[in-house]
Amino acid sequence: MEAELKNLLSDLHALEDSLRDPTHHSLIDKMRSRVERLSVMENSRVVQRVKIKDMSAEVVDSNPYSRLMALQRMGIVDNYERIREFSVAIVGIGGVGSVAAEMLTRCGIGRLLLYDYDKVELANMNRLFFRPEQAGMTKTDAAVQTLSDINPDVVLESYTLNITTVQGFETFMSSLNNKSFRPDKEGSGVDLVLSCVDNYEARMVVNQACNELSQTWMESGVSENAVSGHIQLLVPGETACFACAPPLVVASGVDERTLKREGVCAASLPTTMGVVAGLLVQNTLKYLLKFGNVTPYLGYNALKDFFPTMEMKPNPQCSNAACLEKQKEYALAKPARDAAARAKMEVEISLEPECLHEDNDWNISVVDDSDVQVSSTSSGALPEGLVFELPSADEFQKPSVSEETTNTVDDLEDLRRQLEALNAD
Amino acid sequence: MEGWDRTTKSTLTQIPLLSVKAGPRDGSAWTQRLKEEYKALIAYTSMNKSNDNDWFRISATNPEGTHWAGKCWYVHNLLKYEFDLQFDIPVTYPATAPELELPQLDGKTQKMYRGGKICLTVHFKPLWAKNCPRFGIAHALCLGLAPWLAAEIPILVDSGMIKHKDDAASSIESS
Repeated sequence: MEAELKNLLSDLHALEDSLRDPTHHSLIDKMRSRVERLSVMENSRVVQRVKIKDMSAEVVDSNPYSRLMALQRMGIVDNYERIREFSVAIVGIGGVGSVAAEMLTRCGIGRLLLYDYDKVELANMNRLFFRPEQAGMTKTDAAVQTLSDINPDVVLESYTLNITTVQGFETFMSSLNNKSFRPDKEGSGVDLVLSCVDNYEARMVVNQACNELSQTWMESGVSENAVSGHIQLLVPGETACFACAPPLVVASGVDERTLKREGVCAASLPTTMGVVAGLLVQNTLKYLLKFGNVTPYLGYNALKDFFPTMEMKPNPQCSNAACLEKQKEYALAKPARDAAARAKMEVEISLEPECLHEDNDWNISVVDDSDVQVSSTSSGALPEGLVFELPSADEFQKPSVSEETTNTVDDLEDLRRQLEALNAD
Repeated sequence: MEGWDRTTKSTLTQIPLLSVKAGPRDGSAWTQRLKEEYKALIAYTSMNKSNDNDWFRISATNPEGTHWAGKCWYVHNLLKYEFDLQFDIPVTYPATAPELELPQLDGKTQKMYRGGKICLTVHFKPLWAKNCPRFGIAHALCLGLAPWLAAEIPILVDSGMIKHKDDAASSIESS
């Protein structure tokens, strides 16, 4: 294209020279300026920036990181450049996941792992990120195409698979465990997993994987009617896992005639999904770069502008075996954790300059929190006559063993043959 | 369970319940579970045959028993409509139910997710969750697929979305 335009310019030049009649010159000049404008447009279209080795805080128009590095100068983040060491896995590249991926890419995250098995459809165009010409591509390929253009510094890995199948799950687990990006990292190969999927089954799978790997992750969701959503932080053993509080099961009287005819199409809005993606990535940045308070749960009700937040402890009767194991580990590590917290507090106290007042007419003194707790009713102690229905999660409770194994000695092959025999006729 | 017709209810009570809570990644416990799945399927299939209500064929396509394929059919206005049936056992089974697929109907009805996965969200998933781990594949077919076919096939036939195989053949001949 560029070469063609250049040839056209030289042709025009030759034409101008060969023409004796000067009346045509103004027309040729006009044509030349049009060609020049075209070549400028062409150049601006293909420019892709080169990779940048170190993030710079220099304030120039050409530095893509200047506004991010300014977070350090403003005293929000201690060391912004650490973001390049982090790996984040995003499961589900839909209305929330794709936007979260773009936000993290623009923030200069080190490495992104993207998981989805779906294709881009025109029905997705009411959401952000994907473009109509990408319809038909896999969501992972389309995302890599856009994201690598926006920021070539980010290492992108895409996995086009269904994590709920046995095979997909194995690939999912091994990709999370792969430490080639940062071999010295403790634990798994990623710093955080973001679940941006749209169904219960896939969430349970992410939950299973993260419980087994002791991997901290964040859940996100937007309601079917598109006007509310939430994000949730899940630390295996420490906070409730996704299976700890199963969704409210309402087996209402449903029969064939009342099966809904509207179809399974859920509503969605780019606004709600964008808000939830924003909340999710904000919490991710706070968690990774250690600033502000990382929220354990944040809801968003668009109709009432209500943002509820809460903490959820793990369920000692959780149905997920890996969760129970992580709860046990967490409870057993409590003394060490308490000692560490106490040591940290002592350091902080010793650092604080002692405040001396010249007079103290009212005998005001500072009392340690733990001294007051004995008489306080709000700190866990109940009035006489009342007991907690459920055990406290601070101590590890041994589950009551009541499992009877009914060992049937039937042969699997035999059963298979029996079913085949029934299937045959 | 109120709201379900009496035949479905009485059929359901005769399908043996399962007891082993194990998924395809649980080794020997999964083999135990698989045996229970087979027993329930054998009981359900032979019950259907003896009641003259035979309506599906299903068998595992791999030795691990994680992928299943077969056929199911539905009789509407004295005509039999038959479809391929397949599903995977999810890694979180039995906490989550298998997603039953009728690939031939993909794109023909709104009551379906991509790839021909029938929608079980409202009428079946709550029952499955309440009865975990006692329900198995046989229960999913009885309470998930059967009502879906009963609700969906008549509409698909009447709206012309699907044609009986004899009809389709004769219309080609006549044209």
